Amino acid sequence: MGSQWLQFVASGVTSGAIYALVALGFSIIYNASGAINFAQGEFVMIGGMSAVTLVAAGLPMPVVVPLAALTAVVVALLLEKLAIEPARKASTVTLIIITIGASLLLRGLAQLVWDKRIHSLPAFSGDAPLQFMGATVLPQSLWVLGGAALAVGALSWFFGRTLFGKAMLATSYNPLAAQLVGINTRTVLFVSFGLAGMLGALAGVLIAPITFTSYDSGIMLGLKGFAAAMLGGLGSFNGAVLGGLLLGLAEALGAGFVSSAYKDVIAFVVLLAVLFFMPGGLRGARRSDRV
Amino acid sequence: MERAAPTASELARARLRRWAFDPRSGLLALAVVIVLLPLFLSNNYFYDIAIAVALNAIVCVGLNLLIGYAGQISLGHAGFFALGGYGSAILSGSQGWPVWLSMLTSCAAVGLLAFVVGRPTLRLKGHYLAMATLGLGVIISIVVSTEDRITGGPDGLSVPPLALFGWVVRGEHTWYWIACSGLLLAVWLAQNLIESPAGRALRALHGSEVAAETLGIDSARYKLQVFIVSAVFAAVAGTLTAHYAGFITPAKASFMHSVELVIMVVFGGMASVFGAVVGALVLTTLPQLLTVLKDYEMMVYGVVLIATMVFFPQGIVPTLARWLAWWGRR
Amino acid sequence: MSAAPHRPGPNDAVGGEGVALLAVQNLSKSFGGVRAIEDLSFEVRPGTVHSIIGPNGAGKTTLLNMLVGVYVPDSGQIRLTGRDLVGEPTHRFAAAGLGRTFQNLQIFFNMTALENVMTGRHLRERRSLLAAMLRTRAQARSEVSCRDVSHRLLEQVGLYGYRDTRADAMPYGALKRLEIARALAAEPLLLLLDEPAAGLNQTEASEIDTLIKRLAAEGMTVILVEHNMRLVMGVSDQVLVLEHGRKLAEGTPAQIARDPRVIEAYLGVVDAAGAGGHA
Repeated sequence: MGSQWLQFVASGVTSGAIYALVALGFSIIYNASGAINFAQGEFVMIGGMSAVTLVAAGLPMPVVVPLAALTAVVVALLLEKLAIEPARKASTVTLIIITIGASLLLRGLAQLVWDKRIHSLPAFSGDAPLQFMGATVLPQSLWVLGGAALAVGALSWFFGRTLFGKAMLATSYNPLAAQLVGINTRTVLFVSFGLAGMLGALAGVLIAPITFTSYDSGIMLGLKGFAAAMLGGLGSFNGAVLGGLLLGLAEALGAGFVSSAYKDVIAFVVLLAVLFFMPGGLRGARRSDRV
Repeated sequence: MERAAPTASELARARLRRWAFDPRSGLLALAVVIVLLPLFLSNNYFYDIAIAVALNAIVCVGLNLLIGYAGQISLGHAGFFALGGYGSAILSGSQGWPVWLSMLTSCAAVGLLAFVVGRPTLRLKGHYLAMATLGLGVIISIVVSTEDRITGGPDGLSVPPLALFGWVVRGEHTWYWIACSGLLLAVWLAQNLIESPAGRALRALHGSEVAAETLGIDSARYKLQVFIVSAVFAAVAGTLTAHYAGFITPAKASFMHSVELVIMVVFGGMASVFGAVVGALVLTTLPQLLTVLKDYEMMVYGVVLIATMVFFPQGIVPTLARWLAWWGRR
Repeated sequence: MSAAPHRPGPNDAVGGEGVALLAVQNLSKSFGGVRAIEDLSFEVRPGTVHSIIGPNGAGKTTLLNMLVGVYVPDSGQIRLTGRDLVGEPTHRFAAAGLGRTFQNLQIFFNMTALENVMTGRHLRERRSLLAAMLRTRAQARSEVSCRDVSHRLLEQVGLYGYRDTRADAMPYGALKRLEIARALAAEPLLLLLDEPAAGLNQTEASEIDTLIKRLAAEGMTVILVEHNMRLVMGVSDQVLVLEHGRKLAEGTPAQIARDPRVIEAYLGVVDAAGAGGHA
């Protein structure tokens, strides 16, 4: 029985790490603009699908990962410049619709550039499962956890120690004050999209060997990542990580012990519960809605 | 401001303008189009498209009341549509109820669901409201897909045909009249609502919720009521679609379907009943007629959404109306 | 407004001579650590124009927001015709008879001027959504009368010509008057005007002055928040001076103009004859 628990925890933490990366992407953009980027999931998809193409072209994994991330970053930056920045001052509903449109556009493009089939990526260090205290763990899971931890650590250093990172944080607390001290909030938004693209792509590449990838694999991951961000408190760095891990665990344990058919529902039930009962999430949202 | 006496031609122009923008003349025009259209529909395929347009338009008219007039948003309306269809399918199928009763009950049940989930949901605003409605829609689509004993699972459910007093309704021609009558009724109801204190209350909510409250408008109550109305419109369209097509699948509850509905409303016209109809018309027929562009469909939807929001955020019909009004004033 | 229900005037006996229409008792409100309003009490008699003045940050808009139920006070009572309204939702404050205009214009820009005023009639009309959709005969009739009343209101503020103009195409001065017409449409017992002359030139401000005087003459009770001292001194029966959320002084315009505490706290207050400048 204990090993079953451990099994579920292992798988839950793995998917939780992915949700955490996606959630961080949402929070960073939210902090810079107050907007929710519906296209976040597509960054994940682009990461995974680019990696598939690059691997098929014969490139080794240590080259593939940064290149795939770069692809997504470029797409994210283009999106920001062409669709988001012109509509900066629009109403919330308009912004929502624009990012939905962007998500559709990216998915439609992905359909044409690649295809509609499901693709897989070779695991980074092989498929041979590892035994750990009675539970079977895929080596790729360790890559996921390691990669996510590295990314979180790097971000933490960036926001805490570099000048630009601190400037971004300042913008999230009070955009007007940030502008008044000379921080270029448009650059902050631009960089935020770049970071979100990178995080999404990393998540996509790390998880593709386990869950496969296709042109529409971004939707669910995006939505679940958003649920994780809300759970932890939209805009909160630690909250995104915490929310991601908790959601992953809840899904794995729920699917394991209650009903595996309804695994996907868990994330949305969590989302609704947070929205209805504690919209600030566990850590409290940084920004209050300007009504 | 001074009022100079109007000249005869100014009076005539004003009368023409008032007639052109009078909602009642629009309803009449729509009825005329509906009656004359069969002359141009040469085969059942075109009738099928016309029926699809009419049924989509019913959903859009209701959704437009919520998004365009009241200024709220829903990314989960396909859920209401599908529940209406599935509810009626199950009641009249496996439960053997008479179809008309199944349809009525199913729509009423959806209305009740909208009442129950609407209360906590509509307290949210902006992004949170969008996400909550999205979550609801996705939960509905997953449940419908998973409970295969009742709903037939991912392959869908077959639906008995509509039968009234022993007469089984079949065929595109009959359904054309049913669907279009439903549309005329929906438009009539929506127009009545808009030109009324309740309708102005809704629009006031969109304009300035705090000012509306200081005029005595109970914003929570009106938001909930318009949400329920739009859910019922969607459910009605859902039941009609189910009994017309003879089957229903979980895809009808999908997030993608919800997004398509929002695109129709947004593209056709916010705060415009005929905008909703036009949006449904354009975005239902174009994919059908341009099947060669099937692969580009999603991309085109995306571009349409972005372009509409950037260039004419009011939607096609209100923008055209503004141009006409400006031209008429010269 | 002669068709409106009789409003208690200053000489009417409403359960006793000079009984207050609005009685505010020990009202307090803090935001975080900031005490916006502290232990404020005052009364407003029916049919009078009661002005509230004070430097920026004195708490005037916070007070107005509490009086219409947009903010909930931390403590204290707000009694309209004797009934305490604190804790009720905003729309019930309106239903009780409190109307308001906004300093930063909360016009419904998605509607025409006429529709704005017709929306103001909300409390006086049949409000049911379902009945509206089914277009009952009574509904259609009340729609016509609503339109007529709204036309009259627009005429009274001089905006009849704008009736079919969308609000986002109207000039600023007209919008200030439109908000007053809209608030009047609800036939309030007490009208709260939040800086109705802000941003207006001399001509437009004196139009507002005339309007307020006419409303007062017809028996409307008005609470006016204003910086324009000429307007305040010319139109008020009572003036309340706020500073840092507390009552600094209260009295007739003449008394206030002479009060040394007011002059000290609020440099530039016009002298009693109203011949000086603005604050």
